[in-house]
Amino acid sequence: MTSPAFAALATRERTTTILGGEATDANLRRYLHGIPGIDAVGLEQRASGLGTRSIKTSSKRWAIDKIVSLIDLTTLEGADTPGKVRSLVGKAVAPDPSSPDCPRVAAVCVYGDMVGAAVEALGSAHSARTPETPDAGIRVAAVATAFPSGRASLAVKLADVADAVNAGADEIDMVIDRGAFLSGRYGQVFDEIVAVKAACAREGGPDAHLKVILETGELNTYDNVRRASWLAILAGGDFIKTSTGKVAPAATLPVTLSMLEVVRDWHRLTGVRIGVKPAGGIRTSKDAIKYLVTVAETVGEEWLTPQLFRFGASGLLNDVLLQRQKMTTGHYSGPDYVTID
Amino acid sequence: MKFLDYAPAPESQALLNLKPDYGLFINGDFQLGNGTPFSTISPATEKQIAMIASATEADVDTAVAAARRAYDRTWSRLSGSDRGKYLFRIARLMQERARELAVAESLDNGKPITESRDVDVPLAAAWFFYYAGWADKLDYAGVGPNPAALGVAAQVIPWNFPLLMLAWKIAPALAAGNTVVLKPAETTSLTAMLFAEILQQADLPNGVVNIITGAGATGQALVNHPDVNKVAFTGSTAVGRMIARSVAGTDKKLTLELGGKGANIVFDDAPIDQAIEGIISGVFFNQGHVCCAGSRLLVQESIHDEVIDRLKARMNTLRVGDPLDKNTDVGAINSAEQLQRIRELSDIGVQEGAERWSPDCVLPQEGFWFAPTIFTNVSTSHRIARDEVFGPVLSVLTFRTPAEAIAKANNTPYGLSAGIWSDKGSRILAVADKLRAGVIWANTFNKFDPASPFGGYQESGYGREGGRHGLAAYLAPAVRPGSRSKTAAVTTAAAAAKGDTAKVSADKAASARKKATK
Repeated sequence: MTSPAFAALATRERTTTILGGEATDANLRRYLHGIPGIDAVGLEQRASGLGTRSIKTSSKRWAIDKIVSLIDLTTLEGADTPGKVRSLVGKAVAPDPSSPDCPRVAAVCVYGDMVGAAVEALGSAHSARTPETPDAGIRVAAVATAFPSGRASLAVKLADVADAVNAGADEIDMVIDRGAFLSGRYGQVFDEIVAVKAACAREGGPDAHLKVILETGELNTYDNVRRASWLAILAGGDFIKTSTGKVAPAATLPVTLSMLEVVRDWHRLTGVRIGVKPAGGIRTSKDAIKYLVTVAETVGEEWLTPQLFRFGASGLLNDVLLQRQKMTTGHYSGPDYVTID
Repeated sequence: MKFLDYAPAPESQALLNLKPDYGLFINGDFQLGNGTPFSTISPATEKQIAMIASATEADVDTAVAAARRAYDRTWSRLSGSDRGKYLFRIARLMQERARELAVAESLDNGKPITESRDVDVPLAAAWFFYYAGWADKLDYAGVGPNPAALGVAAQVIPWNFPLLMLAWKIAPALAAGNTVVLKPAETTSLTAMLFAEILQQADLPNGVVNIITGAGATGQALVNHPDVNKVAFTGSTAVGRMIARSVAGTDKKLTLELGGKGANIVFDDAPIDQAIEGIISGVFFNQGHVCCAGSRLLVQESIHDEVIDRLKARMNTLRVGDPLDKNTDVGAINSAEQLQRIRELSDIGVQEGAERWSPDCVLPQEGFWFAPTIFTNVSTSHRIARDEVFGPVLSVLTFRTPAEAIAKANNTPYGLSAGIWSDKGSRILAVADKLRAGVIWANTFNKFDPASPFGGYQESGYGREGGRHGLAAYLAPAVRPGSRSKTAAVTTAAAAAKGDTAKVSADKAASARKKATK
């Protein structure tokens, strides 16, 4: 089957074609375990090699602005309040008040009950996507499905999702059931993702985009990360995301590289582009630039757009802004010259 | 703009403090050579970097005499731990001057700065550290208690890893108690000259290491010199053969590290993305100027097309260009002569019916360049599958069963290196057991460590460098009273009998250290 033909199929149908059968535990197992393995040493070596690229002058300036526009500015604390979310939104809209040409971030990422507050605070800056303006405005992303552990019944998870979607979330960041995945119940993980994807549908408006969090820190091996990535994509995820940020290690460059390789292979197989979101642990511009390099040299530069790549981060933005000021003024300022959100 | 057109990120040459002319380093000093000096150029620009002296037979004689004198009077009388102190000091100085050495190496050789910075120079220092530790533990080198040094070692090294090959040769020789006359390759003498400065900085006793520069004739005069006890050569099989012939019938001990046509075997259960990286680093590392390069890819037929697709996609991201740019993956070919050979063999590949492919890449106008190239549809009888190209050229062959992979991998007059890619540990061990190659990498390629011996089968040479075996190559069993003694031991004994009281103590070493670190 050719790539365009794949793209036209509905998720279930496409998966059945690829697996050569229904998405049962046995079929999924056969498929996922047939994917070539990963040599950990080689993967880490490749990632560190990409990390040695030297991004200077005009390339660095471009990269800095690009990073800002790819950030999902995040607050996921038990202590979050509408006031905290408003402050975050203010930062998202004008990351650097002293520099009006600073790009806006891609989205704000909050818990489900804060979606309303985020939408309200964004006001006109929050415009839902239309086919004509796919990049317009700042999006609201909500974590759901009993984030971060995912330990709740499917009914509760779906209610969580529906709640966020109804409150106006443009994107849903779900967690997979790592327990089910690690015990080989791939079918269950698959069905849950499919159900959540269905719950992302919105009447009279665009569906919420689905990011599937693998929580790679709990999957432990690169082979598991690769299988979970395939599973999430087969089940219809629009994005695959490394981590909740609540488990260490969160995003690492080798893990992100291995997920990008899956995305590249999926595009090769089906012609469909899937997004990748490393989240948690990326705190400096220097690190973020390594991710841009890894994306560009693995899947291609066309992935460096908010539809296909995001950073899940909070502290990163201020370090990037400091670098940005440094590149403009020629000297370093300090943490008091960027705002806390 | 395109992000992937990374802005230039050139490594600064500001810390290089090169002289316009370099002499021969004999007896601790730079002296004029009697031959006509020649220029060393940057292969990336063809611009002259410096003038290098050329050693004649008379100069070789002076150098060997200096080495002999140093052996008799100082080096052979130092304790192992004192020799070790000098080696440690050299290693530390190399680390201190690492950036400078890396820039000089990339300038003179054409290899990317990332390689000289991350591989060549750190490994060269590691070699000295490793053998520094051996200097006072020679009893455990495997040649019995109280082993003796051989005497004066004549060492001739190639242009592909100038500083690293120098370290491979000099470090074990000195640790074992020998003195050295070394000749770097004609096109890449620069870092050897900087190394000579480091030896001065380290206050190494005069004459312990002598570095003479020049063309092939200089090397020939050196290995043929009658007062040399050991010959170590790394380079082409043709020259190695010549040396073996000239050394035959003499008392000289010989190690040869020659060419190769390494097989990189990829099984259908290989970790595919890492295998692709391994193929790339196996043959494009250092522009393919690597004797142990994985220049023959043996890929299981069932995954051939997929591997080639992925390989081509990966090759499209290789950056060919300025060796001093920190984002360059593939640098310049070392010399016009080598470029000519690579072109010739590649053209023959096409004539023989193989299919040639290179990514689109713009090569600079000046200098010597060759785009990374793969040949598919290669059969075992093709010259590109048999001859060492010593350039960024990969020949792809297929196999169906492990037995066929082993047979094809072994079907070469060489036997230096091989790689195996498979997720199945038992298969890796079973295949490795049957491959005739000095070094076999499993799920990796082109990895070096001073503790690991390196060397080849058949036309890849004999003797081992690195590890305990590399040390033993510079040692002879102890001379027992009454038995027939070796030349070197006799010389030492004779010198001692004459009452020569030259003595270098640890005090001297301590004062030198102060000098070195100021």
